Amino acid sequence: MAELLNLDEVRHVAKLARLQLSLEQLQQYRRELSSVMAHIAKLNELDVQGVEPMAQPHDLTNRLDEDEVVAPMPVEQVLGAAPAVEGQFLAVPKVLGGDDER
Amino acid sequence: MPSDSGSEADMDEGATIQGLVDALRRRESSAVELVDRYLQRIDRLNSSLNCFCETYPERAHATALQIDQQLAAGDQIGPLAGVPIAVKDNIVTDFGHTRCGSRFLENYKSPYASTAVERLEQAGAIIIGKTNCDEFGMGSSTEHCAFGAAHNPWDITRVPGGSSGGSAAAVTADLCCAALGSDTGGSIRQPAAFCGIVGAKPSYGRVSRYGLVAFGSSLDQIGPLARTVQDAALLLGVLAGADRHDSTCADRPVPDYVAQLETPTKSLRIGVPKQFLSDDNDPGVNAAVRDAIAVYRSHGAEIIEIDLPLSEYGIATYYVIAPAEASSNLARYDGIRYGRRAELGPDDDLLDLYARSRAEGFGPEVQRRIMLGTYVLSAGYYEAYYKRALQVRRLIKQELDAAFAQCDALLGPTTPTVAFSLGEKADPLSMYLCDVYTTIANIAGICAISIPAGFVSIDGKRLPVGIQIQCQAFDEATMFRIARMFEAATDHHTHRPDIDDPVRSTDIAR
Repeated sequence: MAELLNLDEVRHVAKLARLQLSLEQLQQYRRELSSVMAHIAKLNELDVQGVEPMAQPHDLTNRLDEDEVVAPMPVEQVLGAAPAVEGQFLAVPKVLGGDDER
Repeated sequence: MPSDSGSEADMDEGATIQGLVDALRRRESSAVELVDRYLQRIDRLNSSLNCFCETYPERAHATALQIDQQLAAGDQIGPLAGVPIAVKDNIVTDFGHTRCGSRFLENYKSPYASTAVERLEQAGAIIIGKTNCDEFGMGSSTEHCAFGAAHNPWDITRVPGGSSGGSAAAVTADLCCAALGSDTGGSIRQPAAFCGIVGAKPSYGRVSRYGLVAFGSSLDQIGPLARTVQDAALLLGVLAGADRHDSTCADRPVPDYVAQLETPTKSLRIGVPKQFLSDDNDPGVNAAVRDAIAVYRSHGAEIIEIDLPLSEYGIATYYVIAPAEASSNLARYDGIRYGRRAELGPDDDLLDLYARSRAEGFGPEVQRRIMLGTYVLSAGYYEAYYKRALQVRRLIKQELDAAFAQCDALLGPTTPTVAFSLGEKADPLSMYLCDVYTTIANIAGICAISIPAGFVSIDGKRLPVGIQIQCQAFDEATMFRIARMFEAATDHHTHRPDIDDPVRSTDIAR
């Protein structure tokens, strides 16, 4: 059976999804996603002309909360789950360019 | 004071919540004693079932001691006082780990507690431990867990279902009295069916999702797994109701589900969708549904054949919407704020940090769903897949609304087959198709329950079959009542696996 997705598409999706995958993984997901997408193509059998999309089941609208001050979670408690911290901040690798730019 | 063996025997039959609370009130047992017994059972049986990923003996003891002191002082105790309850590993507690079955969260400790767990504790429940699940709730077998698969107590070579398979196996094996699960496309009901217990997915918005680690935010619900309909109803009564931390949680009154349980439903109309009795189902599954139809008919229910042609589009719709929402929700796992961070080289930048942390931290099924969701949301495909799936979602909802104009409940199988063997569904699509009867309830936001409805014998082993009862959104009271009618007329829920020596159940054919 022809694969619905080509390898470049799968590579692009992996990039969008922020997943660094091996060629082997990309090929595997290409096969598997193609088979799932072939099933999903079933949806094309239906006429959906003019049907309002339903993002959640009870068509909820915004609910406003009382505007009151509540105690926030202590910073240390929140930072406690982070993999790298400096003082009261989350530590990340350099975001801007190489050394020469600094 | 009854003898130890007496209490142990009661527990082996599978104590009910009400039974335990009554025993405590009568001072026939102490909460500490009870917790010890359950912890001992977990110690003895968890190695073969792998349903618990961690237990909280010290905390459980402290809570139990408190309840014993309250009882001794003659204080009022809560409706779940002293009842050992397990919590699925994707529902956060502010003690212990919450790993969601994922390497990504291997060391994660939540700084806050979920509303569901808070409500259980306020009612006096003892959180005895966390149960294994498919990673982030993505799976139908509890095999996609970074910390090993859970096993079905009826046959440990088979899966307990998923993703709340650890919770289902723990309740079945009596390693806790009841458990919390979460259901995005069948993850409470399918394992309940595979394990022969009761599992209820409440209507969308009935229970707060605050502290449930998000998978599909428009589909997810927390719900109870228990041994009886009454226990499930009792638990839902504690869990349900508005919560300021979840704006999708409905501000509607919570009926007393237990009080209404035995109220007869006059002129009950049960709809049986003809698509649900497919020839593709195991014959034993269809036989159980036909038996159930006969039971309801003999109790005066009118049985109405319902046509739900769109139900056949449930899986396709679900496997667009759920992965789309999952890919968005799981974008938060960036290796920065919590969870795993990959080791970086000197030339690696922030993008490498994201992409490598996520590649290392997520298992294959989670990656697959993130990829699928990213694909259906990506430029050029959004309209063709995601928007179309949301349109079909409305059509499915409308079809169900029309069905509920003709009947009070829909009856059918929970799953097309009984529990399958570990490793049997290696192909992802074949695993997804296990959810063929369960996804519709999540898509439409209605409530649904799976209850024990018999057994099928395979290779000399008895494997449970579940039937599913689905009712309109926020009509859990009717759902429980109809489920209880069947339970009261049958004894399927009283059967327990021979679990005290689980190895024997695989070695010796009956």
